[in-house]
Amino acid sequence: MNKIDVGFSATRRLILQGAGAVALIGLGNLPFGLTPALAAANDKYPEEAFKQKSDADVIKTLYGKTAEPSDKVKMDAPEIAENGAVVPISVSTTLADVTSVAFLVSENPNVLIAKYNIPAGTLPSVANRIKMAKTSNVTVLVEAGGKLYSASKEVKVTVGGCGG
Amino acid sequence: MASTIRVRASSNGDITEVQALIQHPMDSGFVKNAKGETIPPHFIQQLTFEHDGKNVFAADWGGGISKDPYVKFAFKGAKKGDELKISWVDNKGATDTTTAKIQ
Repeated sequence: MNKIDVGFSATRRLILQGAGAVALIGLGNLPFGLTPALAAANDKYPEEAFKQKSDADVIKTLYGKTAEPSDKVKMDAPEIAENGAVVPISVSTTLADVTSVAFLVSENPNVLIAKYNIPAGTLPSVANRIKMAKTSNVTVLVEAGGKLYSASKEVKVTVGGCGG
Repeated sequence: MASTIRVRASSNGDITEVQALIQHPMDSGFVKNAKGETIPPHFIQQLTFEHDGKNVFAADWGGGISKDPYVKFAFKGAKKGDELKISWVDNKGATDTTTAKIQ
């Protein structure tokens, strides 16, 4: 049900410069009160963190503290991804009091892929599908009890796809 | 217009498992089209799930999420027949909202 357009081989090319162009055009155009529930329920979109180019910078911008590797953070990711445009990755943890989970791909032009806020009552288990430009370390961060934990794994990509 | 959001939420009595699939190009802004022109960034930035007026899950996304994004999570405190409200907003300010009944 999720067909990926493989028609444009040229679309696979990355432009490393112009990364800043991802700068969320139009965010400022959001009318006030458009989605009050959304605004009230969610923290501010971490725009700066999504522009960072290294794991360390993302962690610093997003959390302002360092992550400690933990075997209680379980990441499920393929060894080899045949299609970098769609790489299924999930995380779960036995850590208590989880408040957020984040996915990072070190070799992507923008390292931060997603951050999920986990309120009390929601299980610390998230699955999603991400893009990978090339073979890279994938890191998941789990914020639990005010501390930051991580797990990493290298995922080999045979066909890069930072697009669709 | 048909909703861009497809949701399946199922309860086993204690835990409600939610899967969502959204139609969206999720253009990262790093990709060129066949003519060599950069496809401008166009991706969902925030996605929220609400149950009973309370936020149960919230995603902040960048352009690194795959086209037609999929996400799965689970939460406690809901029962069959309850409604789940799902909303997203993208970097161009477009939004969509839908509600789904928990089965």
